[in-house]
Amino acid sequence: MSDKALTAWRDLALGAAITRPGSAADLKTGDWKTLRPKVDEEKCIKCALCGVYCPEFCISENEEGYWHSDPFYCKGCGICANECPKDAITMVLEEDD
Amino acid sequence: MGKRIGTEVSLGVAEAARLANVDVVSAYPITPQTHIVEELSEYVANGHLDAEFIPVESEHSAMSAAVGAGAAGARVYTATAAQGLALMHEILFIASSMRLPMVMTVANRALSGPISIWNDHSDIMAEKDIGWVQLFVENGQEALDLTLAAFAIGEDHRVLLPVAVNMDGFILSHMIEPMVVPDQEEADAFLPAYEPAMRLDPKNPVTMGPVGMPEVYTEAKVQCEQALLGSKPVVKEVLDRFADQFGRRYELVEKNGKENAKALFLTMGALGETCMTAVDGLIKDGEDVGQVRLRLWRPFPEEEFLEACRGAERIIVIDRALSPGCINGPLAVDIKSLFYGRDDAPEIVNVIAGLGGRDVTTEDFREIYARASGGELDGGYTVWGVKSYA
Ligand code: SF4
Ligand code: SF4
Repeated sequence: MSDKALTAWRDLALGAAITRPGSAADLKTGDWKTLRPKVDEEKCIKCALCGVYCPEFCISENEEGYWHSDPFYCKGCGICANECPKDAITMVLEEDD
Repeated sequence: MGKRIGTEVSLGVAEAARLANVDVVSAYPITPQTHIVEELSEYVANGHLDAEFIPVESEHSAMSAAVGAGAAGARVYTATAAQGLALMHEILFIASSMRLPMVMTVANRALSGPISIWNDHSDIMAEKDIGWVQLFVENGQEALDLTLAAFAIGEDHRVLLPVAVNMDGFILSHMIEPMVVPDQEEADAFLPAYEPAMRLDPKNPVTMGPVGMPEVYTEAKVQCEQALLGSKPVVKEVLDRFADQFGRRYELVEKNGKENAKALFLTMGALGETCMTAVDGLIKDGEDVGQVRLRLWRPFPEEEFLEACRGAERIIVIDRALSPGCINGPLAVDIKSLFYGRDDAPEIVNVIAGLGGRDVTTEDFREIYARASGGELDGGYTVWGVKSYA
């Protein structure tokens, strides 16, 4: 959690309503995680199943066609690693990387 | 011109909601509030009131529907009591945190158990921290007038908060009293159409009542708290405007009895009238006694209360709720913390009286006064009239 408020109380919309659509994209949900997925590109067959199953929709295709997660949103649940048909994904401790 | 009629106070309150032209009534009938919403359902059914009546299956739903209707921009009314209020508990905070004005009559009643349908303040005292503006009324006219005023208070854009009007169950709700009922034109002149500051509107989408992450929860709470604190001058303004138009003046804190009296009773709600009679009697007997009654309970009208108590050496706080395990009754806790550290702090005596519909008579007040004067009631609180032996 950041020690900074998102906004001063006087600037909050009435009743803390959200008046800007899509503002949840600014919420860094990725800092909950202790484990992160690591893709072994040797094993990966670019099937994109990991991206389909990721509940955060944070896995996207890079220029080489591999599928990698965005650490800003990845919560480290490991669903991608579980679903990968090639066992190409291992969950590793963040600090070990 | 309004007309003077004799009617049951509950029906007078329903009439006030009708005069306010509410758009939605969402309520569950619970004793002793039932007559209010029964009457409103009839108004809606026979075309006297153009509103949606939502006959919900519980008070949890009544308050949820009220929140939904408020978010859609409707003028909303509901009423409840005791267990019903308790069942609304979690949603009460949501209504205030979403800054949705609505008016709710609470026909104050004891909370079970044992099961009791009779009057005391234990229901609302358990809800003192909900962030609503809260008023206490003493008689039928006041119940009608403040119900109408409550809409004007809550809907003011400087406030935008729900308002609870507390009136004692049965003792007040089921009394037949003479009441001046304003006519529709007068009511409309006093209470203009509600203009929501924000509402659910497909053309201008917003998310109301979102998740408050730790990064924003404190700020959201403070926004609500500051709105409540800031409502005090608005309450005063609305009541002054009411006095100008209708000639009936209501202060945030009211005084009876002797000016600058040495001893003061502090009451909230209908017990104040019995107390007033007792105080009149005591003054005739040569006693230096007065009475302070709180009309506005949340936000607590600190300056007005201190002003009303100036010079008093003893305040006898009458609580109508027991707070087991606490140092004092809920009202006395407020009063003691208010005076804490002040040089002019009087002696504060706390009496818990009238639980679960037990009668509190003028004789009781005289005896409380005598025992307080004799120093027999200092210290913590005294549960009045409890029988240790029978
Ligand atoms: S660990 Fe969970 S959140 Fe992170 S990329 Fe994999 S499936 Fe998505
Ligand atoms: S599921 Fe496994 S194999 Fe398929 S794209 Fe993702 S990492 Fe590669």
